[in-house]
Amino acid sequence: MGGLSEGYNLNRRDVVASLLENRSNLLVVTGLGSPSYDVMAAGDNDNNFYLWGAMGSAAMVGLGIAEAQPDKSVVVITGDGEMLMGFGSLATIALRKPHNLSIVVLNNGHYGETGMQLSHAGYGVKLADVADACGFPHVQTIQDQAGVKTLADSLCAGECLQFADIRIKPENLPRVLPPRDGVYVKNRFRHALGFAPN
Amino acid sequence: MTIQTDWQNEVYPALKSTGIKHLAYVPDAGHSVALRRAHDDDEIQPVVLTTEEEGIGYLAGAWLGGNRGALLMQSSGVGNCINTLALPASARFPLLMVITMRGDWAEFNQWQNPMGQATEDALKLMGVMTWRADRPEDVGKLIRGAGTMAFDGDCTCAVLLGQQLIGEKKWVD
Repeated sequence: MGGLSEGYNLNRRDVVASLLENRSNLLVVTGLGSPSYDVMAAGDNDNNFYLWGAMGSAAMVGLGIAEAQPDKSVVVITGDGEMLMGFGSLATIALRKPHNLSIVVLNNGHYGETGMQLSHAGYGVKLADVADACGFPHVQTIQDQAGVKTLADSLCAGECLQFADIRIKPENLPRVLPPRDGVYVKNRFRHALGFAPN
Repeated sequence: MTIQTDWQNEVYPALKSTGIKHLAYVPDAGHSVALRRAHDDDEIQPVVLTTEEEGIGYLAGAWLGGNRGALLMQSSGVGNCINTLALPASARFPLLMVITMRGDWAEFNQWQNPMGQATEDALKLMGVMTWRADRPEDVGKLIRGAGTMAFDGDCTCAVLLGQQLIGEKKWVD
């Protein structure tokens, strides 16, 4: 199976570290697999919610948080495979247009967790074009660290619904595992926003 | 086709009494009254979905942000939700679903039968608690009770509205 490598050069850990460097009160949702490890590697935080399953759900979890917390900025950091499984959610999100939500896809064009099989993105489906066609007011494809830096500055501002396809190198880095206890992570996240457990 | 009977007016007040602010849905004729009322209500955010499992993620996010919500769908949509039900099961998110049945009784379209006949068992296999309403007088109290067990007990709960309640779909006038 031939792979696409042109333009897929960024180091995923550097990308995520840059995105979250000045995160302030940013609320972060991660899609299962490597994006969860990348966000954990950038530093565990009470404002992180890590998905370990329910593939395709990350963007919708982000939408729910953004609607419930309109004064806080929310970013979903997920992979191309996870985003593909929830493609319909781009249409659902575009109808709502929450100003405080950013969807960031770490796109290596492959299913990295399962043996680096090519994904639809790797075969040429342009994720940002899909988000654009759905009606996202701001979409971009990023291939260099300068673009990542500009995106990072806009995440906390939370002024406009946006979608970013960031082209990263297809490689499996050492895993940095976030907590897998969903109840713990859920209650920790809610506690940080001032909500008590039942 | 319009279905309009008294039980339909029970659904929305019962849902609102559970404290929801979000109503995520894939439409069904049986939910048409509740959906219309949700769209007319400034206190409720109605969210139309492309597929039912989107609602599970959405409502988990809403709960993380401090809000309650409910998910409306037809029984065929339950099949779409199966793997995503791992999310409320693993993190014990509250989830309140109201499901209109097809393939349940007096079903004209046999293509609805496989999922309709498996709906309640499939939900139970995924750890969802279920209640069936086949009489109008049960609709409100079952939804309110399911809401209590969802939001006060962090449980995944579904109320099934049977076809004997909904009535036969008229295919030819």
